[in-house]
Amino acid sequence: MPIIAFPSAGNDENAVLDLRFGRAKNFVLYNENTKTFSVVENTQNMQASQGAGIQSAQNILDNNASVLISGNCGPKAFRVLNAAQVQIFFAEAKPIIELLQDYQQGLLKKAESANTEGHWV
Amino acid sequence: MKIAIASGKGGTGKTTFALALFLANSDRSVFLDCDVEEPNAHLFLKGIEKQKDVVQLLIPKVNADLCNQCGLCVKSCQFNALAMAGKAGVLVFNELCHSCGACTLICPTGAIQDVETPVGEISIYDLKGGAEFLSGRLKVGHSAAPAVIQAVKKHPSTTPYTHHIIDSPPGTSCSFVTSVSGADFVILVTEPTPFGLHDLKLAVEGVENLKLPYAVVVNRVREKDHLIKKYCAEKNIKILLELEEDRRVAEMYSKGGTLLEVLPDLKEKLNLLLSDLEDQVGANP
Repeated sequence: MPIIAFPSAGNDENAVLDLRFGRAKNFVLYNENTKTFSVVENTQNMQASQGAGIQSAQNILDNNASVLISGNCGPKAFRVLNAAQVQIFFAEAKPIIELLQDYQQGLLKKAESANTEGHWV
Repeated sequence: MKIAIASGKGGTGKTTFALALFLANSDRSVFLDCDVEEPNAHLFLKGIEKQKDVVQLLIPKVNADLCNQCGLCVKSCQFNALAMAGKAGVLVFNELCHSCGACTLICPTGAIQDVETPVGEISIYDLKGGAEFLSGRLKVGHSAAPAVIQAVKKHPSTTPYTHHIIDSPPGTSCSFVTSVSGADFVILVTEPTPFGLHDLKLAVEGVENLKLPYAVVVNRVREKDHLIKKYCAEKNIKILLELEEDRRVAEMYSKGGTLLEVLPDLKEKLNLLLSDLEDQVGANP
């Protein structure tokens, strides 16, 4: 059963999805086995001049998430997550608890490719 | 003598001034367009491109058979150019690599090999009258501007002209530092606005850290007294030249013309300016 990651400025399931992926402050994680939420910081790249999306993708992988529910995903992060077979679903800025229900009901759109341009440094 | 034309702020007239300085002295200087992220001097110096060289950087290539997926290379990369994508192994993002070599050095299994990879190019143009002009261009999406700037600065000129006029990129980041480093003199072009002053201060801090001699050119001056003059007086910075706000200059620029076409009298001034710098640099080598 997968771990699902949600970018967010908040710390729990009541927080709203952060539409930024690369520079999201935290990832709220939902473990489908234990049915519990937890949070990991994503602050390692707040000051990075480049490659923030790649670092965020790495953070997702390091936390064993296999599903990402995100407002956006750029081409470099997509390449990392896709190579690691993480499934990406696009969503709007709604509370995470609602998005989890949407996901479980199959209402979210699966990403076949990046939905934003890379940010040239 | 190497003269770098720089500015903290973009759009102050760096290229306008650098081109005028070069054209007034094209019988003794080479022009280097080091604004490699958006080179534009070729729009004004209508030369004939005679040569094009590729700028290559060493970029890591991972041998999946030798990689044990320890992740040390990913952690060592300061530019976020590597990622460990689970079973897929290490991914390399060439365009983010700065060729520092840390990943190759740290890899315990020797799985990483550095491979020459193109990141930009240098065009060499012949100009009327025998002058020469070099233009560096970074590949779109790549971030290693300093490597291309260094390559332009190191490129041997085929002319006997000894003065290099270096048109630097705006800002005060790595590209600026690479561009002005090693110059005998830096000319900071600014404008009498709060933004111009703010960014001039950053550029001054930069060149002072690099211990380079410098002076200021103020462009688009509207009033006799202005905030740049006040700042330079306080800091005891020399103002080499003030150029008045003149709509004709902007109009000429928009058509690919240069400052000297609007202000022909400036030619002699800029000729003297270079000679003065020559004396000054010669006196303090």
